[in-house]
Amino acid sequence: MKLAVCIKQVPTREWQPRLRDDKTWIRDQDVSYEMNEPDAYALEEALRLREKHGGEVIVCSAGPARVQQVLREALARGADRALHVEDDSLAAADASVTAGALAGAMAEEKFDLVLTGLQSDDQGHGQTGVVLAEQLGIPHATIVMEIHVQAAEGGLVAADSPTPKIRVKRELEGGWFQWLAMPLPALLTIQSGINQLRYATLKGIMAAKKKEIRKVALPAGLQPSQQIVAIALPVRSKQTQMIAGSPSEAARELVRRLRDEARAL
Amino acid sequence: MILVVAEQRDGTLNRATWEAVVAAQQLAGGGVGNGTVTIAVLGSSAGGASEELAAAGVGDVRVLADSALEPYTPDAYVIALAKVITSASPQVVVFPHTYQTRDFAPALAARLRAPLITDVTGAMGTGSGAAFTRPMFQGKLAAEVRPAGVGPCLVTVQVGAFRADQVRKGTNASAVTTAAVTIDRSAIRQEPETPFREAKQAVDLSQAARIVAVGRGIKSQESLPIAQALADALGAELAASRPICDNGWLPMERQIGSSGQTVAPKLYVALGISGAIQHLVGMKGSRTIVAINKDADAPIFEVADYGLVGDLFEIAPAIVEELNK
Repeated sequence: MKLAVCIKQVPTREWQPRLRDDKTWIRDQDVSYEMNEPDAYALEEALRLREKHGGEVIVCSAGPARVQQVLREALARGADRALHVEDDSLAAADASVTAGALAGAMAEEKFDLVLTGLQSDDQGHGQTGVVLAEQLGIPHATIVMEIHVQAAEGGLVAADSPTPKIRVKRELEGGWFQWLAMPLPALLTIQSGINQLRYATLKGIMAAKKKEIRKVALPAGLQPSQQIVAIALPVRSKQTQMIAGSPSEAARELVRRLRDEARAL
Repeated sequence: MILVVAEQRDGTLNRATWEAVVAAQQLAGGGVGNGTVTIAVLGSSAGGASEELAAAGVGDVRVLADSALEPYTPDAYVIALAKVITSASPQVVVFPHTYQTRDFAPALAARLRAPLITDVTGAMGTGSGAAFTRPMFQGKLAAEVRPAGVGPCLVTVQVGAFRADQVRKGTNASAVTTAAVTIDRSAIRQEPETPFREAKQAVDLSQAARIVAVGRGIKSQESLPIAQALADALGAELAASRPICDNGWLPMERQIGSSGQTVAPKLYVALGISGAIQHLVGMKGSRTIVAINKDADAPIFEVADYGLVGDLFEIAPAIVEELNK
């Protein structure tokens, strides 16, 4: 089974936002980066599918040179090779440009199954996976919690077998779920928590150094679909009363206000 | 025209549709789409939902009735809505930012080559165009975004960001028209089964008067008794943000947020929860919110009534001690 996983590199959770002078993007020289967490679950799921069905896992990312860090990390966790669509302009690209960049590089690989996280922790459009499916011309399902590959004996694409299928469990809202089936090739966006993540071993890190990261140029002519006019700290919707002091002083004041002001106790 | 795409299942309207109508009315008030709002409802069993929408008199209701639209599949929705949007050419199309919208709207936008602006919390309309506010970086920042190009712009509005009770209803009921859409069934690649619930939810957190919810800040499962002790002292139920349940530290049924339960208790104490949007939508309706977090810039403080910046491992036991005095 030929599996692709799309991975984005995003600022770490601890990052404190600082803005560029023109206030349309973040000051990226201050940022330390990590693998987008939902994508890490997608990678883990691909590694498990490979363990079960054989094949290879190729990690794909669209971004500036720095995203090699997360590709290397994915290789250390067990991916076989990587595709990197490299361009500085991709650092702040919207979902349609990111998907277009990935589609250009991925189309010729003819993957059986493409996995992505359900959204990124930076811009958070929640679109790249589904747009990529549309651009690759393959069916998709989103917010997936379980995957079953209905493969024929002796391989996925035996010439005489019917079209290979997958059956997946989608998460709906409010505790509801749904199974659905679709033919391969297909794209799935993976819900966080679908599995328990593995971390790279020393052996994996050593092996990753020899694995291939193939660089692909950004296809020409991709147009952004939206423009960030301004970016700012969010406006508070409530007047938050901050309670200062030592833990015991703050606790006393909080309990007093919950009793007397809020009448919540 | 501004087109609102309603969400319904088996004829029951998803309440988030009203919030999308409010966003559309705000845009219309600014002159976007010549100030007119039309509502599209998909599905042949949409009768109850379309009647409810028509009764409010907010704009013409168009029912796209084709049996291929039920049960829901992203392929059928994309085909049907691409036809409607191409022929009606609305200036803006508004959807509620539900899981279902997230499943098909990006493919629809890609097929139409139209911009899609998701998770919108504010909409400003002027005669010449529209601008939208949406969270970025897990809610640490808010961006003002404009669509590129001149065609229809698709937007999804964050659940809870617009208030359904602010719908401006008309004096007369709106007209309902049924539009035939032809959908080639062979173009639908997904085969859906009937939705189900995993198990009866043993804990109905929506009925709890007080809730103590823990997030990543609790650091380990071994530290959960600190949160439990606070919950006990407050007479509260213990709940959690998604990562805690993903780790298996608490059962999924105790998860608050878009993929878990939505609650509005008298008191909500967020312990070490940074406040990602997916969590906030599940609890921001709470009457009194207390946030305890080591990061003073955490988004949870934007919805909190009372904020304590510091070490939860010191503050939570101090509150317990104070309550037990």
